[in-house]
Formats: sequence, structure tokens, C-alpha cells
Amino acid sequence: MRDKSLLKEDTDRVDGFDKVTGRAKYFAEYQIPGTTYGVLVPSTITKGKITGIDSKAAERAPGVLAVVSHLNRPVVAGYETGKDQGVPNNMMKIFYTDQISFNGQPIAMVVADTYERAVYAATLVKGTYAKEAFETDFEKNLSKAKAPKNPAQASYLRGTADAYKNAAVQIEASYTLPTETHNPMELHGILANWESADKITVYAKTQGVKATQGTIASTFKLPLTNVQVNSEFVGGGFGMALRTWPLEIAAIIAAKQVNKPVKLVITRDQMFTLAGHRPYAFQKVGLGADKDGQLTGITHEAWGHTATYEDFTENVVSMSKFMYNSANVNTTYKIVPLNVGVPIWMRGPGEATGAFALESAMDEMAHSLDMDPIAFRVKNYTEEDPEKSRPYSSKNLKEAYKMGAEKIGWSKRNNKPGTNKDGNWLVGYGMSTGVFNASRGRASAKGILKSDGTLLLQSAASDIGPGTGTGMVQIAHEVLGIPVSKITFELGDSSFPTAPSQGGSATLSTVGSAVSDVCNALKAKIAEMATQSGLSASAKFVDVLKKNNLPSVEVTMESKGGEEQKKYSMYSFSIHFVQVKVNPLTGVVKVSKIVSVGDSGRIVSPKTARSQMVGGAVGGLGMALTEETVMDHRFGRYVNNNFADYHVPVHADIPEIEVVFVNKPDPYINPMGAKGMGEIALIGFSAAVANAVFNATGKRIRTLPITPDKILA
Amino acid sequence: MINFTYVRTTTAKAAVGLLAKEKNAKFIAGGTNLVDLMKRGVTAPDRLIDINAVPLKQIELVGNMMHIGALATNTAVAEHELVKLHFPLLSLALQAGASQQLRNAATVGGNMMQRTRCGYFYDTTMPCNKRAPGTGCGAITGYNRMHAIFGGSEQCIAVHPSDMCIALVALDSTVVLSGPKGERKLKFIDFHKLAGTTPDKDNNLLPGEMIIRVEIPTNKLAAHSYYVKVRDRASYAFALVSVAAGLELQGNKIVDVKLAMGGVAHKPWRLLEAETFLKGKMATEANFKSAAQIAMKNAKAYKENAFKLKMAPNTLIEALNLAKSKA
Ligand SMILES: Cc1cc2nc3c(=O)[nH]c(=O)nc-3n(C[C@H](O)[C@H](O)[C@H](O)COP(=O)(O)OP(=O)(O)OC[C@H]3O[C@@H](n4cnc5c(N)ncnc54)[C@H](O)[C@@H]3O)c2cc1C
Repeated sequence: MRDKSLLKEDTDRVDGFDKVTGRAKYFAEYQIPGTTYGVLVPSTITKGKITGIDSKAAERAPGVLAVVSHLNRPVVAGYETGKDQGVPNNMMKIFYTDQISFNGQPIAMVVADTYERAVYAATLVKGTYAKEAFETDFEKNLSKAKAPKNPAQASYLRGTADAYKNAAVQIEASYTLPTETHNPMELHGILANWESADKITVYAKTQGVKATQGTIASTFKLPLTNVQVNSEFVGGGFGMALRTWPLEIAAIIAAKQVNKPVKLVITRDQMFTLAGHRPYAFQKVGLGADKDGQLTGITHEAWGHTATYEDFTENVVSMSKFMYNSANVNTTYKIVPLNVGVPIWMRGPGEATGAFALESAMDEMAHSLDMDPIAFRVKNYTEEDPEKSRPYSSKNLKEAYKMGAEKIGWSKRNNKPGTNKDGNWLVGYGMSTGVFNASRGRASAKGILKSDGTLLLQSAASDIGPGTGTGMVQIAHEVLGIPVSKITFELGDSSFPTAPSQGGSATLSTVGSAVSDVCNALKAKIAEMATQSGLSASAKFVDVLKKNNLPSVEVTMESKGGEEQKKYSMYSFSIHFVQVKVNPLTGVVKVSKIVSVGDSGRIVSPKTARSQMVGGAVGGLGMALTEETVMDHRFGRYVNNNFADYHVPVHADIPEIEVVFVNKPDPYINPMGAKGMGEIALIGFSAAVANAVFNATGKRIRTLPITPDKILA
Repeated sequence: MINFTYVRTTTAKAAVGLLAKEKNAKFIAGGTNLVDLMKRGVTAPDRLIDINAVPLKQIELVGNMMHIGALATNTAVAEHELVKLHFPLLSLALQAGASQQLRNAATVGGNMMQRTRCGYFYDTTMPCNKRAPGTGCGAITGYNRMHAIFGGSEQCIAVHPSDMCIALVALDSTVVLSGPKGERKLKFIDFHKLAGTTPDKDNNLLPGEMIIRVEIPTNKLAAHSYYVKVRDRASYAFALVSVAAGLELQGNKIVDVKLAMGGVAHKPWRLLEAETFLKGKMATEANFKSAAQIAMKNAKAYKENAFKLKMAPNTLIEALNLAKSKA
């Protein structure tokens, strides 16, 4: 397991006590005197025009302060500057026109003195509409697919296109992933408070306080310094809080209109329409190999949906370009605009979607070749990145395959499907690989060493749950040797030194590097002060500060990667192993054991790292077995938009999860040698389950989730 | 605001009296279904009569009848020693339902009276003959994966979602009701009804009536009873198909058998013909298969629930196998 020498102190979650005792405060729990409550009125049509909004009854209802809509909203400076200007991301301008693009799009917001009164008054607002024909059915609209504008998602070709068609052994298969909804426990919303005509403070639920600050500033044409964003705790994001949603702008507009703080917390069903989802995806994979199992061609085509009013794109086919050694690879990715709210990255985002297809196809090919799936992957192992023709900064996957295979008991697997039984249940083993870009961005941090022996660190980072603070405290502890109990890391405040949003598994690497650099700078500064004031260079910082009569010493630094980022391909890797039991009569699939192996450099914070992998496995279980957002295309409305009918895994679905780390430092990526690991925890997981189900039953399920009806079909 | 009055009663008689007085009054027991329906705008009673203090929580053997009060919680019934001893089928069915927190609050009467979980019933912008008679059925040509394969009507193909009721109907239970005209008894199998042309009515409870208790005759099925619930996740999900099976065996011979299915009809679905077939026969895989075939007579599937035509008979076989082999 992990190398103890690499680690000085394994610590509990620094905010764990606050979270379990309820002391941690989430955005909706903040109370500003005079706070009023906003409730959105959703459109009941899917496409068309609003011909009227009858708000008279609502306005007369007790406690109602305003019914805000496109008919009466105050000027929003960033809206009036021409087409999409001023509003990043081409975000839908809320309450801007009479245009309806998806069912549930807010047509108005009721603001009242209590939440209950606002809820009631919202039911009194009646919209009238001129309906237009709409499209929500992804499969029926595949022909309307368009290439994304983003050059990173352009078609890719290495060698010959569709080379698999000439191979001795060929696999050609299609895979479907339904729409999924993030569904964190915490509902989305915002508390908006205009301090003055051009100065605002918000308590938000965001994965990036700086990004939220930027969007609000540009939408309302305010200087950045006039927008204060607080988001210390986030009750789960899974990607849905990686952007500012129009609903947040709606609350800020309403706050301006009523000239009072407005708190908006949307409902669970609105979480399905207004706060993003993982897009429906259809994928075709073609694999070709020679008789010995050497891949000769990979073709990976993917389609995902987006909204009609905004393009959302993600990296679905990237893994196919570099994961395996094939001289010929071609990929395409297209998006299909539909009358739905715009999607957003979700848990392992597009890479997880793509890995389901590629890693299922790899299993299908191994089966066709009558090869062990691990042996097949090792046969096509890449020591260099074949897409960018450069070395990996580090890759220890061969070792990882061994570690995981041993833990799951891979030797008990029979390569012939349907032959392993436990009573009446069929037993199967499956595995798959996951990979995600290991990035290091640009971030700043401030460190203050105080004469009372404590260290305070600040950065405008976020913590959506992985344990950012815990990781940062451990990094600082390793550099400075100060006990973790005397180190505090503050985040979630836009006035702190800049940090990027928490997404793409980059926070530990990016912000951690800034913390590491700041701590090293502090160390050097203390050493310099020590020698200058006649103390030994290794004197304790408390003594140095006292000697100099200083209450504290402070350093703020920016930190970013350098040339190494051009020289090496940097990826984090994972391997997922599962054992499943399938009831051939009822079609029930039970995942009975999980082993997830992480190859993500050095593990800085073992406890929270393990939790990440466990959480990823649970999310992967949901993707594999239970999660699906169902729409009735006659109405353009979701029919399972609640926690009873949208099935996230419950405890009874989750077996023992064993987490193993290779735990070898990456020599290049950052001072810690640590690579990100949030996404790899989930990427590939669903394929491992589908592969295990095939091994158990001989049935290849290519449409997720694998519900009992599909086993019986 | 949608205002309503709230009143607490301590006797069944007072409860029934209060119910008679106001047209749009409703009892509230655990509230786990009613409050959700009120929040979603599916129902809006003018008056809530809280019956939780009415002393109807008894779980006791009276002669050869098990009496279970309408206000006994699902947890209390599931965990009661006498229930586990004499009617393990009921205990298993209850434990397969909802979640521990919900079962702690949910009552026997409320469970029987719970409404369907059909998505069209819950979404007030959608058509639904059960919620708003005459608006049409959203499910028949819509998303009907969870819906009925037996006894459906042109107007409604919703299913009754209860697990407890599947066991109760299998066990030949009787319901004791109290109304303005006094007490009456109804066979459990006649309590719920098919949708027919009145899908807005789930059951044959008359206006002003209250469920007082359920009575279950003792039987010799306890040693070989099983409840199998097939669902999309291991807990906290409604049944795609469920089967309650109880066997009385002499050697391998079936002396008596009780079978019922859930997730397949507007009411708990008793499988009397399959029972008749099995009675007196040997408990073999072949006979179980034939019984399953008989049970599926007249089944009709819709676009999304055709899988139930296979899952239902398979689950019946699985339940019979498990009931038989249970030590
Ligand atoms: C998320 C979720 C998942 C669930 N999953 C399952 C499941 O898997 N299986 C399952 O079986 N159930 C499930 N349930 C339903 C649950 O069993 C019911 O909500 C519960 O049994 C209702 O009981 P209650 O006492 O709370 O009823 P209440 O909500 O209090 O009342 C329901 C109705 O019964 C009426 N009523 C109550 N008592 C009487 C009486 N004595 N006489 C006449 N009328 C009466 C009320 O007027 C009301 O109309 C689930 C519920 C939820 C919310």
C-alpha cells in the first residue's frame, strides 16, 4: 500500500467536525436582515413565445413584493450591449425576451417576505403562450448533429481512417448513455444582496468563486472588486456548480427590483431543468486487431446533445486517441441541439461517457480474441503518448493492473462467460481503465505565519467535498513541519488570491502548488530573517518573529507550471475491478465487490483521497446500474424528476469498496508529485460493471443503466 | 395560501364523525404520502383530521385471527414477534417497502390508502384521469415502464404501489371499516378495485369510512413463505414486479398455496388460478413454470413495460423456489 515515508501526517478532514455537527454553513443558511424569498415560475410549454403573464393575483397575494419577468425587469447593463456581448458563455439571458426554449424555463420570479408566501403566489402567476413545435428526442434528431466550434473537439485522424475494417478481428458496436442529472443533496440557488447601486455581495453555491464573480461583474457591468462572492461550503456539485446559471442572475435582478436581499433556493424538480445534466450520448466504436491481439485500428464516433440556445461540448472521444497503441485512430464528436436546458459537465464528464464505450469495446475485442482483458490491454500498452508523440510524465498502469487483479481475485474469473455460479446467481468479473488529464493551472495563495505558532493560508479555491482544505493543510505541513492542527486554510471567498474553479481534478495540483510555493517562500524568508537577526538559519519561526518583534510575516505568490507541460503528457490513471452477481430469473444485478486502483502520483492526503475513490465508485455504480433521466417527448417534460424515481445508489447497492493507490510521485507535474484524482475515480467504472455482467451472463449490455429488464430482454 | 384546518382526534368514532361533517376532509396518519401530494398540488383537503392518537395500534392474536390496528406503523408490524412467527410473508413484504425512516412513520391504513406513483398523476400539468378525470391517461402512450399488465383500462394503467398489501391479499385478510352507518367488513381482495371507468377511485372505501384494522387468519404457510421484490435498486424503490408466495408442504406435496403479485395491476393482484393449479401437486420446477404460465393469462403490455411479461412469471418461479427451499 502507501509508502509511509512519503507522508508525514495522515490527517482527518479538517472541516469534518463542522460538517457533521451542522456548524458548517451553506449558502441557503445565511441570513441577512430584511431577506426576501424568490420562487421561480417555470414555463409549462417547451418551445414558443410568452404571449402574456397574468401576475395580478400573485401581486395581490399577501407578502408579495414583486413579480419579476421580461416585462418589467430592471436594466441589466450587460444584457443591453448587443447580441452575446458581456455575458460569458452565451449564457441564456433570463427574463430577456418572450422566447421559450425548453420546458421549465423560468418566465418570472415571485418575491415575497416569506418562502411559503412566495411558493403560493408563484402558483397564481399564469403564463399564456404561443406554442411551437419542439425537438427533445435525441435519437430522432441525430441527423441534425453539428460539429462543435471548439477546435479541441475537432475530428482526429492518425494513420488511416476506419482501418479496423481491414483487420483480421473486428468489433463494431454502438453504445447509448441516457441523460443523467447531477442531483447533489444541496439544492441550487443564491442569496443576493446589493450593498449599494453598484456593489453586490452574494452567498452562492459554486465550484468557483472567481468564476462566479466574473460572470456577475460582466452581466451587470460592475468592477470585479464590487462583486463579493462567498461560498465556503458546497453540498455537492458533481460539475453542476461549475458555472453561473441564469437562475442566479434572476435572483440578482430580483434583488435589484425589490431593493432587498433575495434568497432563491430552487426545488428538486427544478434541479432537473435549470442546473444542467449529463447529455444523452450515442457512440459507435470500431476496433480492429490482428490475431495476436495487436490493435490496428480504432474508430470512435460520438454524439451528445446540447441546448438550442447554447452549445455545450465535452471530451468524449479523447481517450481513444492515446490510451492504446494503435497506428490508426480516427474520432469525431458532434452535438445535437435540443429544446432542453443546457447540459454541464457531470462526474468524470465526457471522458466517463467515452470510457464506457471504449472500455466496453475493448472487452468485446478481448472476448473475440479469446484473450484475458488485462492481457489484451497490456499487449496494447503505450509507453509514450501516441497522440502527442511525447513521453508521459509518469504512468504505472502495469503495476496497477497487478495490484487490482490480486485484490479482486481475478484468477477466479473464467474467460468463458456464464460459467461461474454461486447458487442460482451467475458470477462475473469485469475491469476497465480510466484516464483523465492531470493538469496544473495557475493559482495564487497567501500565507501568514503568526507569532502564536499558527499558519493561515488563503486562496479563492472551492471545496465541493473532496477535502481541499485537508489536502492544502497537509501540503503546508510537509513543507513547514508545522502540526496540521496549527494550520488553517481558508477558501470560498472571492477577495482571496485568485484560484481556478474546482473542476477537472485540478485543485490539489494547482492550488496545492501555490500553497507549496508560498510555504517554501515563507521558509526562506524566516531563514533570512533569522540569520539577519543573529539566530541560526534553522531557528523556529515563532522565535524569529519574536526576536524581530513581528506579530506575523506574510507572503502572497502566484504559481504555475512551466516547460515540463510541453515536454510531457500528464495523465492520471485508474483501473476499476468489480465482481457482480446476476439473478438470471429476475434480472437483478448486484455488484458484490469493488476494487479501484488509482495511479495519480503521490497521495498527499490518504484519507480524503480514498474518499474520492469511494465516491467515484458510487457515482460509477449509479451510472452503470440505476441513473437515468427520463423525458416524455410528447410534452418535453421529465417524468422522474424526484429522488424517489431518479435512482441514485443507496447503501444497499454499495458493496465493500477497496481502494488501492500506486502512490509513486510524478517527477514533473508539480512540487508535490501529486496528480489530480477526482474524475478518474469514476471514469471507466460503468464499463467495468457492463464487462462483469457480460462475463457473468454472456449478455452484452450497451445501453446504460443496466436495469433488470435489460438483463431479461 | 391554500389554507386548511387541522384537528386531532382520540377516538375512531369522533374521527368518523368529523370526516362526515366536512366534504373535503382527509385523515392524516404518518403523512408520508398525503403531505407529498399536498405539496405537489395533487390534493388540497380543507381539513386534516389527525388520527395518530386514536388507539388503533394493536398487534395481537385474537383466537385464530391476527388483529393489526390501522395505526400500527409499518415498522411495528414488520418487527413484531407474532407477525414474524406466524406471518413472515407480511414482515418481509413490509421490509421491502420504502425506507426505514418512512416505515417508522407509515401506518397500515395509510399504506393501504397510498396513491399510485405514476409520474403523470404527480405532475399537475400533465393529463391524468386519476387526478383530473376526463383529462386522459398520460401513461398509456407515454412512459409506462412501471405500469400495469393486468386489469388495465382504457382510462388508467397505473399500479397500486404497496408491498404490504401484496402480502395481505395473499394471506386472505379482511379489512374492518367504520363509517357513519357503523362497522362493516370487507375481504382484503375486494378493498382495492380496478381502474375501470372510475380511475379516480382506488378502492371501495365509502365516503366517511375509516380503516379500523386488518384481520389475518392463521395458516400453515409460515415455514415456506417468501416475498421477492424486483426493483431498479436494492432498496428505496418501488417494485417493477413483486411476488408474495406462501406454501404449505407435506414432503414435497403442496397442500396449500397463496400467491399474489405487485407492480402489475391497479390493485394487489391475487393469483387464484395459479394457486388452484398448484394445490395438490408436487413442488417441482416444472409445476412452478406451469403455474407461472397460468398466472400470466390475459396479461397485456404497453410500449415500455413488455419486459414484465417475462419478469413477472420468472419472479413467481423465483419466489416459489425460495419459499420452498426456505429452512
Ligand atoms: C419515497 C417513497 C418511497 C416509498 N416506497 C415504497 C415502497 O417501496 N413500497 C411501499 O409499499 N410503499 C412505499 N412508499 C409509500 C409508503 O408506504 C406510504 O407513503 C405509507 O404507507 C403511507 O402511510 P401513512 O400512514 O404515512 O399515510 P398518510 O400519508 O398519512 O395517508 C395516506 C392516505 O391514507 C388515508 N388514511 C390514512 N389512514 C387511514 C385510515 N385509518 N382510514 C382511512 N384512510 C386513511 C389518508 O387520508 C391519506 O389519504 C414510499 C413512500 C415514499 C415517500
